[in-house]
Parts: sequence; structure tokens; C-alpha cells
Amino acid sequence: MSDRNWTRAVRRWIESEVPLEELLPDELPAYVDSYVYLFGVLTLSAFILLVASGVVLAFAGPDWWHVSGVGHFVNSVHFWGVQAFFFFMVLHLWAQFFMAAWRDGRGANWATGVLLFFVSIVAAFTGFLSQQNFDSQWIGLQGKDAFNALGVGSFFNLLNFGQMYGLHVAVVPLIIALLIGVHILLVRAKGVVEPIPVDRRRRGGRDGRPA
Amino acid sequence: MGARRKPAPGGRSRAGLRAAGDGGRGRRPGGRPRMVEADLVKELAYAVAFMTALLIVLAALFSSPDEPTLTAQQVAARQPAAIAQVALDALDGQGTIASYGPPYNHGTGSLQSLGPFSPQAWAGVTIPVDAARAFVLTPLERMLPLDPALAAPLRRFESASAARRAAWEAAYARALARAGQGARFPIPAPGAGPLAPMLAAYVDLARTGALEAVINLSGRVYQTDFTRALLLLQDQPLQSVAQRQHLLGSEWGMMKEPGNYPGAVWLWFYTLLYQIPPYNASSSGDLMVGLTVGVVSLLLLLVPWIPGLRDIPYWVPLYRAIWRRHYAETEER
Repeated sequence: MSDRNWTRAVRRWIESEVPLEELLPDELPAYVDSYVYLFGVLTLSAFILLVASGVVLAFAGPDWWHVSGVGHFVNSVHFWGVQAFFFFMVLHLWAQFFMAAWRDGRGANWATGVLLFFVSIVAAFTGFLSQQNFDSQWIGLQGKDAFNALGVGSFFNLLNFGQMYGLHVAVVPLIIALLIGVHILLVRAKGVVEPIPVDRRRRGGRDGRPA
Repeated sequence: MGARRKPAPGGRSRAGLRAAGDGGRGRRPGGRPRMVEADLVKELAYAVAFMTALLIVLAALFSSPDEPTLTAQQVAARQPAAIAQVALDALDGQGTIASYGPPYNHGTGSLQSLGPFSPQAWAGVTIPVDAARAFVLTPLERMLPLDPALAAPLRRFESASAARRAAWEAAYARALARAGQGARFPIPAPGAGPLAPMLAAYVDLARTGALEAVINLSGRVYQTDFTRALLLLQDQPLQSVAQRQHLLGSEWGMMKEPGNYPGAVWLWFYTLLYQIPPYNASSSGDLMVGLTVGVVSLLLLLVPWIPGLRDIPYWVPLYRAIWRRHYAETEER
């Protein structure tokens, strides 16, 4: 990239790596014909619902849902959204694992996906700790020992509501959104991984392994 | 730049393949895969609509758990002896937090290490909690304007020698044991010196519902850190509630919710380690679990680059089911 104009260089890079027809393709390989390919978009849709219900909960303040019927319902949507998010994310993760979806230069796709899984665990954990109920109280007191044992108990203090709440409603969702963006861009830039080739000469053994 | 080759054009659209200029590099003989029309935007919109409906139905049918916190006031109302025991444990150093170690104090009761490896010790005391002072003495001192009669016993206790204090504490522990868990307060505590009026006042303070707030007093109106107040009931009061609800760590507690709600099932591996040796038999179990989870997480992250791990999909031919139509089509050709 010899161009000294950063703007032009970035534009050319985007045009090359993720042209619009790749970002929003209107045709895909026929092998993308399985319910397995829905797990990713269902995970994304659960995240969208989590953000939407989370915005309502955050807007009304952390006490609201304990004293309001509507608030409790929105919290319930958020609660089941977390379950759906992890359910489909884990299905997506294992499906991609058994499809060896990291093949042909897609290692970063896999790594960003696994990172998303880890950061999502932090999101759920800080969410549990932000509830200000018995759950938070018990999980905080139980969980603190592991963080203290690892020497990070004051850096990440499970009993500090302000810290957990701030992380849960702002910092962690932002990281997740960014990672989702990178993950999807990588998927679109590299395209959907091809089916594992079946090597007929080695059928019965570890067939399909690329040479 | 535009002519840069993609290592794998597999999922690229026809236009993308043309743009990449490779028309199918790295694929089997047979060329470009058959393409079909797709509508990702519609797919996402339908998925969001489906998810909205699903979550509304689940929320309407099953609601969500919201069990209130356990407070010192509740404990003092049901079982005042338990609150007196909390205070006594803080004073005599028998409580978990009183003897915890970093980051709260210089105790060793919960200090974990593997040989010389102890990040907990290295991190040091960063959230100082002197249990006797934070949980008992300071709250009682703060109540002096409302209960001036407490000044003399408090002064007597704080100016006494360690041996004298220990004798009073032992006498009070005996009195508590004699009185039993269901004892009504105040209890007779012969030989406990100033501890009898002090802990009677402490139970009264807990009954008002103000104990946690007094412990947490910071001199600022705004505060969002409840560390000290939350640490107060760490021992028997919370443990007994959690035990009744099967939420203890030894019962897969970290991935459970109160009641029958699904909990953090994604923590199954982390929670599993707490159920098996050597983790559940070690006083440094948390450290061992943390390190194990760290290593396994790193392995999962680096699967594509680890021979053996990255070959598992070839040994478990689930991919044949996922792409069965593709393979059938290829065979026909």
C-alpha cells in the first residue's frame, strides 16, 4: 500500500477486501443449504433483542424492573434472550467446529467467534451481578474467590455494583458489537467455507482430509 | 491491490469470484460451486421477528427469577443468634472474611497458591477490610449518638488487651452455644464483659435494617460499591439459604438459578471442575480451576493451529450430515 492518502488507501482496501456485493451478496453457494447456517443469524437476532430490551432496562434504571410489572416483563425478555443467545451461539460454535470452518485462511473467523463466546460470558456474568437480587449477592460472593485467587479481585470486583453495571450496559456490549462486526466482515470477506472435500481414494479412513 | 488473491473463494458470490479474479482457486476439480439466490437481509429480518415472538412467549409463560437479597434485618428477625455469631466471628477472627487474605487483609484463611505461584499474594491488599472494625466496631461507633450507653462498653473493649478480648469472646461463644440458634435476644453472657451489651446493640442495629448501610457509609451521598456490606453475610446466613436452594459450589451452584430457571449453563465446564478431584479436594481449588479454564480457553481459541485438535472434525464426520445434499449432488455428477 504505497498510497500516502490514508482515506484513499482505506477505501481501496475495503473495495478489495469486502466489496458491497460480498458484504450483501444476493447469491450463495448451493451447499449453504442447511439449518446449520441459521444458528449464526439466530445468535445475531438474539443479540439485537438483548440490546433492545437492555436499552429499555438501562433507560428506566436498575431498580425499575424489581418494582414494575412491565419492567419485570422486559427483564424476562432480556433473561430469555440471554438463554437464546447462548443456545444458538453454542450450536453455531460446535457446528463450525465440526465443519472445520477455519480452513483455507479462516482462522481469524474462528478466533473472533471464540473471543465473542468468551466476552459474551463476561456479559452474562456482569448481568447476573447487576441484578441487585439474591442471585447477584450469591454469585458475587461465590465467584469472587476465583478472581481473588487469580489476583484480579480488585481489578474486577464482583461486589462493586457500579463497576459491574457499567461494564454490563456499556463496555462489554460495545466490545461484543465490535467483535460481531469484525466476525461478519471476515465471514463475508473470505466467503462461506467449502464443504470438506471427500477423498474417495481414502474412503474408510480419515477421508476428506486436505492434502 | 484489487488483484490480490483470496485464499479461499468458496462462499464468494459469482461477482465476488470475478472480482477476486481467481474463479475457484484452491478447490476440487469440478470448478465453481453451484450458486443459488440468497437474501441475507430478509433472513435477518425474519430471524429478528422469530426471536421477538419467541422471547415474548417465553417471557409471558415463564417470567424470570428475582429473589430479593438476603439482608441482616431478615436474619436478625428470624435468627438473631446468627447475626451475633457473624459479629463474634468478625471480632475473634474466626469468620471467613476476617481471616481471608488478599485483597481484603493479611490473613491466610483463603490465600491460594500452587507452590510459590500465588497471584493472590502478589496482588496484595487492595480492598482493605478489617472485619472487626468494618463489620462491628465502626458501625457501633457510628450509632453512639443514638445510643450513648454503648460508649463505655465499646471503650472498655477497644482498650482491652488481646488476651482479655479473647477471653470475653470465648465466654460469649459459650453463651451463644448455650442459648442455641433460636435464642431470643439479648442473651445472658456471663464473663463476656462488654461484649454482651455490644452485641445486643449490634443485633438491634441489624433489626432496624440499617446495618448494611452503616457498614457501607463512605461520607459520600452517591456510592455504587457494596463490597463491604455484601461480605458481611458471607458465612452461615448466606450459606444456609444457598444450601436450601441447592446453589452451593459443590452442587453446580455457579451455573444454577434459584428455582427451576435455567442458569448459566455455558459455565458447565468451569462448574464441572469444582465437582471433581483434584479441584474439589484442594484449598487452592479456585486457582487451579482458573488456570485450567484459562488453558482450555486458549486451546479452543487456537484450535485451527493445533494439530490433532483441528483434525477432530475429520474423525467425527458430522460434516457429512450437514452437507449431505452437496455430497449427493457431487456424487451424481
